[in-house]
Amino acid sequence: MNEWRFWFNAQRGTLLALAIFVLMFVVYLSNHPAIVNNGYTAQGVGNVVQTAANKGILLALIAIAQTLVVLTAGIDLSVGMIFVLCNVVASFVVVGNLGAAWGFDLGPVGGPAVGVLIVLLVGVACGATNGLIVIFGRLQPIVATIASSAVFFGLALWMRPQPGSTPEFAKALGKFMLTKFGGVIPASMVFLLIVVVVLWIPYSRSVLGRTTYAVGSSEAAAYMSGMPVKRAKFMAYVLSGFFSGLGGLYLAFVTSSGQADQAAAGTYTLNSIAAVVLGGVSLFGGRGGAVGAIFGAFAFLTIKDLMFVLNVDPLYQPLLQGIVLLLAVSIGSARLFQVRNRLELFG
Amino acid sequence: MTDNSTIAATRRPLRQRIDLPVVTAFGCIVILLVVGSLYSTNFLSPEYLLQQLKVGAFLGIIATGMMLVILLGQIDLSVPWTVTLGAMMASAATAYGPMGELFSIPFGVFCGLLIGLVNGFAVAYLRIPSMIITLAVNAVAQGLMVAYSGGFSPQDSASPAMKFLGAQSTFGLPHAVIVWAIIGMLAVFLLTRTTFGRSVYGIGNKESAAYLSGVPTQLVVMGAFALCGALSAFAGVLLAGYAGKAAQSMGDAYLLPAIAAVVLGGTSILGGRGSYIGTIAGTILITLLASILSVMQMAEFGRQIIYGVIIVGMLLLYGRDKKLR
Repeated sequence: MNEWRFWFNAQRGTLLALAIFVLMFVVYLSNHPAIVNNGYTAQGVGNVVQTAANKGILLALIAIAQTLVVLTAGIDLSVGMIFVLCNVVASFVVVGNLGAAWGFDLGPVGGPAVGVLIVLLVGVACGATNGLIVIFGRLQPIVATIASSAVFFGLALWMRPQPGSTPEFAKALGKFMLTKFGGVIPASMVFLLIVVVVLWIPYSRSVLGRTTYAVGSSEAAAYMSGMPVKRAKFMAYVLSGFFSGLGGLYLAFVTSSGQADQAAAGTYTLNSIAAVVLGGVSLFGGRGGAVGAIFGAFAFLTIKDLMFVLNVDPLYQPLLQGIVLLLAVSIGSARLFQVRNRLELFG
Repeated sequence: MTDNSTIAATRRPLRQRIDLPVVTAFGCIVILLVVGSLYSTNFLSPEYLLQQLKVGAFLGIIATGMMLVILLGQIDLSVPWTVTLGAMMASAATAYGPMGELFSIPFGVFCGLLIGLVNGFAVAYLRIPSMIITLAVNAVAQGLMVAYSGGFSPQDSASPAMKFLGAQSTFGLPHAVIVWAIIGMLAVFLLTRTTFGRSVYGIGNKESAAYLSGVPTQLVVMGAFALCGALSAFAGVLLAGYAGKAAQSMGDAYLLPAIAAVVLGGTSILGGRGSYIGTIAGTILITLLASILSVMQMAEFGRQIIYGVIIVGMLLLYGRDKKLR
């Protein structure tokens, strides 16, 4: 029985984010015009959930990327730019006739498959660059990733000065990834579940994953315990690039095109931090997890949807969203009531 | 405390007093000018240099506030909409007749001060990490301005006083540069000659130690954030004067350059170390770099890449952390 207490304590942030999300989503669903007019039909609910899921997976993937770095007590301000860069790359390479220009057409199946691989490799390369600068260059993550994001944006802009798409873009694959199975279960959520089960859970239980947490709690202690500190930190940045790349790929599925959008990159970076905080991941490192961040991302997006169905004046929506965010991040200061010695404040 | 450190500074041998980051930054400025003058002789003309200083003045004022906060080991991500808020509120005050015109600048700065106070209160008393709370406050400021302006650029134009400070010049010397120079001198005085300034450095090094030494750390942190908000808003007021009116998201382009200017000038992002002269060098460096790349008609993507590579490269030269072990 006692062990449950520890488990609950460790998962408190995740459970809180889940509760907030479920609560808000139920209110959203019950006020959605499609449900209000037609009742709870499987098709109606399925459509609403599908729309929300396809929006949610983009931020959820970026939030996972941010989580990995935040767990090491770092921060990655380039997730949005990697996301945009990979979106642009995907709009070129995820095509049905990859390699046709050089005389080896990979065909409608092999082409997109190789294309997806290339996009993910670009994401990994971006993450590895960040990792090299931060770990071996010994620069502070916040500055290093600000600078590297300028480079990533430059590359994206070089490839797509104007928003555009390739006519041979593998639309069938994109459509499949955004469809819903059995009329209710969105494919994007199935995909997200696979990502969590296949990538996140094994990683967080591996030596490197545990080291990621240990580094976030105390880097010196982790080093003294003989843990692979550098490799774990490097891996965190690489995986962060990988997940951002996955997000960019998904954006390409949604839009079938690529755009070097600086504003979108900034928004996604900032929203990823908000999602991570809502999801109970500590910015000081070592606490939280990807599942919490996913629900944090969903909750953050549902705030916006909720205001839409509740007919809040569009002019006041950004203000309300900001206030909700402000209140959400202030929850953490409740721990001040437990402080017995003022010196504890300076932790 | 102040006396001892200044005496120590003057008695040290010259070689130790030279600040590597500042020297590197100024060296890079000279290199940039030389490279630019090889391209076109206009780069060394006083008109061009003054024009660069004028453009850099806005960034320099924002970087001054940002530096105060970074010296504490914190960061202020609410700069973009604080700049816009300052500009919009000052322009809005102008619309209220002669009294409004008179108070336009103080009102804009006052609104920025309020934003900074909220940031500072949350960081100092509620102990919320500055990176999160300033992000949230930025969202709230954006929400306020969208609600106020209806999502469009407001029609109110800048007051004559704002235009006088932001756009005009006397004997070829832009007023914005003079304002920056005054603010810079005040900042140097504040940082090196007052208890407040020494406390900022102390808190940046170790807040608990500063607290145990009797520094009212929470008040100092709140004060620094309030100053940062006020300076950002003031830069916004000047920008509105420069452009004639306020615009939506006019401050977005200033957040990252401001952080980069402070850090390139040798201020540690972890706080506690850095000199104002470095921030000046960083500001000029970034302004010159942007200008020279655009004069060379470098495409936007190339500018972004070079910008990023140079920041990383310079930091690798001198901005590296000490080895952990």
